[in-house]
Amino acid sequence: MEKTIAGKAVAVNEEGYLTNFAQWEPRVGSEIAKEANIDLSPRHWEVINYLQGEFKNESPLSIRKIGKSGVVDIKEFYQLFPNAPLKTSSKIAGIPKPASCI
Amino acid sequence: MKKLIILGAGTSGTMMANHLQHHLKNSEWSIDIIDEREEHHYQPGYLFLPFDIYTPEDIIKNIKDFIPKGVNLIQGKIDKINHNENMISMADGSKNEYDILIIATGAKIAPEEVEGMKGSEWQKSVFDFYTFEGALALRNKLREWEGGRLLVHITEMPIKCPVAPLEFAFLADSFFNHKTMRDKVEITFVTPLSGAFTKPKATEALEHLLNEKDINIESDFAIESVDNENKKIIDYGGREIPFDLLVTIPTNKGDEVIARSGIGDELNFIPTDKATLQSKAQKNIFVIGDASNLPASKAGSVAHFEAEILTENILNFISGKPLNETFDGHANCFIETGNGKALLIDFNYTHEPVEGTFPFPGIGPLRLLKETRMNHMGKLAFRWIYWNMLLKGTHLPFVSSQMQESGKHFD
Repeated sequence: MEKTIAGKAVAVNEEGYLTNFAQWEPRVGSEIAKEANIDLSPRHWEVINYLQGEFKNESPLSIRKIGKSGVVDIKEFYQLFPNAPLKTSSKIAGIPKPASCI
Repeated sequence: MKKLIILGAGTSGTMMANHLQHHLKNSEWSIDIIDEREEHHYQPGYLFLPFDIYTPEDIIKNIKDFIPKGVNLIQGKIDKINHNENMISMADGSKNEYDILIIATGAKIAPEEVEGMKGSEWQKSVFDFYTFEGALALRNKLREWEGGRLLVHITEMPIKCPVAPLEFAFLADSFFNHKTMRDKVEITFVTPLSGAFTKPKATEALEHLLNEKDINIESDFAIESVDNENKKIIDYGGREIPFDLLVTIPTNKGDEVIARSGIGDELNFIPTDKATLQSKAQKNIFVIGDASNLPASKAGSVAHFEAEILTENILNFISGKPLNETFDGHANCFIETGNGKALLIDFNYTHEPVEGTFPFPGIGPLRLLKETRMNHMGKLAFRWIYWNMLLKGTHLPFVSSQMQESGKHFD
């Protein structure tokens, strides 16, 4: 389905994840973050850039992998994106829901 | 004479030895299979051991009994794969060169990855059932346990047989019912996922069953530590869940030899082409089963389908033909739901499990994503199939290595 986020029409699935990463822009990410009550700081953006890089490399993401990435430790990851950090941060980054789950 | 070496004589390695012994000319190729273990375990049987449904004799056989004549079994510890030199070094200092290498070293649990998991309560009130020792210790515990809060817990994905924890919860419900003490046990399923399973349609069906059996679910729980003293598990977000009996699936990792050889990812799984099963590290190294990083289930059925395709690709590789990009992530799993019933799911990389009939479209006799007695009979029959057909590389009649779309109810 289509949704307008920050004035831009983007394709999303029922859970609100972008289905076409090419449509993502930083302002789209900021708007999705606001819906999750998160104000994006430079630290948030470092994590988001890392996630997008891994996505482009087709490298599957997991909480552990992020913890070992050297970008952020798991505690801080939870502080930045409370509750379900991997899912929330993936949604903001415009990448699919992590499918480390088969 | 050329040499093909298989590392690991578990499900995948044994199947490959049997397939290749058939297909490679023994005047041109010699095949070695290396494993340090003496026993071959039917790992799906670990699920039934804690509930006294299977005995240890049902699930353990001699590793040698399944290695075909003409394949040389080397029982020793592997130190390292020197993939740039096409050579395996063994812990005893001997060296073994190869032309083609198949890695089938599997996955195992690593409870030490979570703080406190292998602490003072390990095998007292904290158990795993992914090892023979763990499943046996848990059997002894369940025989005398008087009830309380039972948590069935997944540490992180990926794990072997992703449906086994749910099956454990269902069988526990059935087990305590039969012991007429279900009212004394509170069962909670704790998962890092957002629901009972990873695929939406199956999650819906499974959550319905959890609900029906009065099993609670705690989702999105990423464990940080086990508090042995106060008997609770704590996640990174600070959530705490108390337990009297914790049955956990610890982190699953590839073998340590993969880390020593520098060819794995952060969990020691080997980056592998998901359609051809060729390793990313070297063209003459192939990976099968739980050892790979494929986004498919780590399960015997997957390994079985992979084995048929990998056999073709080994032959293609030898004759200089392009590899078939045909592995589609096909998995086929029975899910025990207790009380003599089971579900069956059949899916691949792109198609989630849905309702339908299997293996004959429109006929069955097995029903997909429905709880039936026939599916349970299928699950029990599978142990015989495993020992007598699967390991020997016999093609299972009517079950193709690629998933069939007919007979399934996709939207």
